[in-house]
Amino acid sequence: MSALLRFEDVALQRGGRLLFEELSFELGAGERLQVVGRNGSGKSSLLRLAAGLLRAGRGRVERSPLALADDAPALDRELPLGQALQFWNRAPEQAMDALGLGHLALVPVRLLSSGQLKRATLARVAASNAPLWLLDEPLNALDVDGAKRLGSLVERHLETGGAVLAASHQKLGGDWRKIELEA
Amino acid sequence: MIGALILRDLRRGFTGAAWLPIAFFLLVATLVPFAVGPDPRLLGRIGAGVLWIAALTAALLPIERLIEPDRADGVLDQLLLHGVADESVAAAKIAAHWLTFGPLLFVAAFPAAALLDIGRATLARVLLSIWIGTPGLAALAVAVAALTSGLPRAGSMAGLLLLPLALPLLIFAAAFCGDGGNQAMALEAAISILLLAGSPFVAAAAIRAART
Repeated sequence: MSALLRFEDVALQRGGRLLFEELSFELGAGERLQVVGRNGSGKSSLLRLAAGLLRAGRGRVERSPLALADDAPALDRELPLGQALQFWNRAPEQAMDALGLGHLALVPVRLLSSGQLKRATLARVAASNAPLWLLDEPLNALDVDGAKRLGSLVERHLETGGAVLAASHQKLGGDWRKIELEA
Repeated sequence: MIGALILRDLRRGFTGAAWLPIAFFLLVATLVPFAVGPDPRLLGRIGAGVLWIAALTAALLPIERLIEPDRADGVLDQLLLHGVADESVAAAKIAAHWLTFGPLLFVAAFPAAALLDIGRATLARVLLSIWIGTPGLAALAVAVAALTSGLPRAGSMAGLLLLPLALPLLIFAAAFCGDGGNQAMALEAAISILLLAGSPFVAAAAIRAART
């Protein structure tokens, strides 16, 4: 079984500060990995590096097709939610229902609350067919129901051969392998 | 994805404020007779140049909405993750921006020419120079928008950057409208093509630099 994400001896510097070095790990199908660490320890940067939005100072990163949910929803504010999601994926309805957004399909994105926006961001990832999900602080702004829905989405994604890398300082539901960043 | 991106930007342009630069363009054209007096001979002589200055200043207005909202909202990041190169994003944005700017400016040139007492022969050259020059101007606007995106006071910075860079375009466009003839037109076209060819790469480099 080949890894969906592989870090080999990776170092990352940002703004002249070394965030981490000699970081190596693999993430295979059906696996979930949580990056933990204090505020500013480089969790989000690690995810952006995994996504290919940042370049490693040293080492190698191999990745399969992926979807990223960070705090930027990337949805057109003036469009109804359903249409805004359709820009990224033709058929987002199932993912919207899975996150409890079905009744908001016609509501403009700019009117959504921050928790609803977070759900919409997660729906964008869930609707993608990418095997690798990168979730940056997925529990931020989510209520109990939202967290539960996210938990079952992750379970289903793992069962179908996907993998999830999440960065969070909170406890995520389920059994997560962990790497800790110290800076 | 590129087609969808162009359509999306067109929708945002036309539902947004596509008419704003055009209103500004007409307003500047209206101000000139008040400033220099209504002498038709004088207006006829300076009219074409004035129209081009109005077009350049109007091109500044939409700059802040070209790149920055998509950068701040993560759309540029997501496009890259969906396999669209930054250069292609920039090219799509140039195409969409020109479509919301060039044709409207072309239409607005008719009333503006009437306000400035520009004769029929000159008007034909002005219209041709707009067709030739605005694609380059749109490309330059997108490049400048990418370069200034995320900076404080990006709007004023963009003005300071765009107007000097648009000078060659202005010189040959105005020369062609005056008495420069076909050589000026060829040079205007050459500059417009140069801007069109180079801007996607400049804009993409700026978008990448903003990610680090």
